Amino acid sequence: MQNPSFKHLLGIEHLSCEEIELILQTTDSMKEITQRSIKKVPTLKGKTVINLFFEPSTRTKLSFEIAAKRLSADTIGFSSATSSLSKGENLLDTVKNCEAMLPDVIVIRHPCSGASHFVSQHINCSVINAGDGINQHPTQALLDIFTIKERINDLKGIKIAIIGDIKHSRVAHSDIMLFTKMGANVFVSGPGFLMNPFISVLGAKICDKIEDAICDADVIILLRIQKERFGNGVIPSEREYAMLYGINMNRIKSAKENVIVMHPGPVNWGVELSPDIMDYNNNIILDQVTNGVALRMALLYILSNQGERE
Amino acid sequence: MKNFLIKNIRIIEPETNTDIVSDILVQNGIITLIESNITPPEQVSVIDLSDKWLLPGLVDIHVHLREPGEEYKETIESGVKCAASGGFVAIACMPNTKPVNDSSSITRFIIDKSKNFKGAKVYPVAAITKSQKGEELTEFGDIKDAGAVAFSDDGKWLSDPFMMRSALEYARVLNALIISHAEDSRICPGGVMNEGETATILGLRAIPNATEDMAVFRDVCIAELTGARLHIAHISTKGSVDIIRNAKKKGINVTCEVAPHHFSLTEKNCLGYNTNAKMNPPLRTEQDRMAIIEGMKDGTIDAVATDHAPHSVLEKNLEFEKASNGIIGLPTAVALFLNLIREYSFSPSDMAKLMSKNPAKIINIPIRLIKKGEKANFTIIDPELEWEVTKENILSKSFNTPFLGKTLKGKALMTVVDGFLVYDYLNLSANS
Ligand SMILES: [Zn+2]
Repeated sequence: MQNPSFKHLLGIEHLSCEEIELILQTTDSMKEITQRSIKKVPTLKGKTVINLFFEPSTRTKLSFEIAAKRLSADTIGFSSATSSLSKGENLLDTVKNCEAMLPDVIVIRHPCSGASHFVSQHINCSVINAGDGINQHPTQALLDIFTIKERINDLKGIKIAIIGDIKHSRVAHSDIMLFTKMGANVFVSGPGFLMNPFISVLGAKICDKIEDAICDADVIILLRIQKERFGNGVIPSEREYAMLYGINMNRIKSAKENVIVMHPGPVNWGVELSPDIMDYNNNIILDQVTNGVALRMALLYILSNQGERE
Repeated sequence: MKNFLIKNIRIIEPETNTDIVSDILVQNGIITLIESNITPPEQVSVIDLSDKWLLPGLVDIHVHLREPGEEYKETIESGVKCAASGGFVAIACMPNTKPVNDSSSITRFIIDKSKNFKGAKVYPVAAITKSQKGEELTEFGDIKDAGAVAFSDDGKWLSDPFMMRSALEYARVLNALIISHAEDSRICPGGVMNEGETATILGLRAIPNATEDMAVFRDVCIAELTGARLHIAHISTKGSVDIIRNAKKKGINVTCEVAPHHFSLTEKNCLGYNTNAKMNPPLRTEQDRMAIIEGMKDGTIDAVATDHAPHSVLEKNLEFEKASNGIIGLPTAVALFLNLIREYSFSPSDMAKLMSKNPAKIINIPIRLIKKGEKANFTIIDPELEWEVTKENILSKSFNTPFLGKTLKGKALMTVVDGFLVYDYLNLSANS
């Protein structure tokens, strides 16, 4: 396997197409491991991964922990249950203290955009951005593309629709950058106050009408409404949201046949997704979760070995 | 050194339409002669300063000294020395100290303390409202008598229109000046940089131009209603320039200033989460920058004011969203204005107007005049000197500037306040 040039995974913009390819290939090998009856390999024995979650998280944190454990790395970490705990805290201080315990990789989720970027400038071990504010969530985008490629091998020219809170979604930001980098056409739609008119700078096309985004789409990605990021009183009702922007079996008829439906989770069933999608055979939301572990194993593997060479 | 003869210097004095190369003699702190080939009297140091410029002493009406309260960022002493090193003979300091300067006693403390140091003269600006809370007006009359030159809740906009109206009505009768930091941030909760492509790339919550435009417009409306004198601080948008241009056409009593970073930098400087490019109002787009330069040209913008805002690493070496707003501006203002002279055909006389005459007139302090019989209050500039901005040559206690490590062209060499040489970069006085 060739050596990647990246030391951290902070955002999609720093990845070359070759590096993305390498990550996806490695994920493939890791997925094979996760399908064995004994899912643990000694590959990262003696390596230490610290998970720093300054924002509540269940699934992503779990996914990183399982990934590290399956590779036999020692994994420890904390998550601040409340955002008030993280407020008084000096991030750099905390991270420098962690670094002094000589980990190989630090995984960070933080409510401030650019937090992992900031941290990476001040420490020597590898940093993985597990979500920074409303900026990026690169591991989610990489697992999304891995999951899509299991169904559609070549992304060139395919149409991907992302629906919902484009403005405050770090998943949307990373997805748009990664998908367009791989040659897909990305269309976004959502309520006006959750749209960012400058989003085209990342490569997405804005559709005022959700129908225009969905029409002939190969993939539809829904996003959760994150009220905690913009406050109450803006969305008139979940009922109207579901009517205007919710996806149901009827609405996906205008998309390509067998259109893939995805969601980074957790889903608000009945809001962005109608319950009739639960049984739709191209609803691959749980595949995303499964692949998330393999993808994070791949990244831990690549970045831990990175440290080795220096 | 109170007696010296400067030879062959370019003297710029817009009040008398002067732009000549001449000698200038200072005796006992008074300008006694301006003419060619002056024969040096005895006991007078002679300095040849060919190719250098002599301007009326620069005045900066928007400076944050951090004393009282945050002396680790800047003290009155370090502030006045830093100002002198940037060519400033006078500065107006904003009231957002700890405690807030909202009383005659704090105003007097600042003035009295500043007199102990060799540097720029200090003219305090006091708060419009007690503790800058926007709720109760301060004692304009008493504080003005103590020496405050203006009133401002800088850092915050006085959002309650009735309070703003009352402040302007009260100020008009007392002939006091209100300075407004015009930003209605309610339109963009959590915004930390300009709204646009760069904020999208960085995934940061953003501040649209409307934040400032609508605040400026409201302030101008209340100025018109009350007939009071209003000064708008650090404008950053094309919209503000247009609104103020129209207001002036209508005869409304409004002036405004721009900070050097707003005519020099754009939102792109924030890339890499550079907290030394984080300020309020934020760095805007190239279009806004050009509109500001246009506004400086046509007289819409009256003055350059640095908004010198010292912060330590404790406030700046942080996540972008958590970092404090502002940069230091006193050391670099001259070089940045010289860029305008080189690139956008401003004249040295424009520099004297925007950085000395107009700011002094806005806060109603004596203008610094280069004229026989006047006290020597001037700034000598080397427009060609290339110098690196380093921690060593910044006299502030803080180093939060995006120009740190950069080489700038042009620098203040000497600053003379009331006949005293308070800054002498090349140590010329010692050698002569
Ligand atoms: Zn201000």
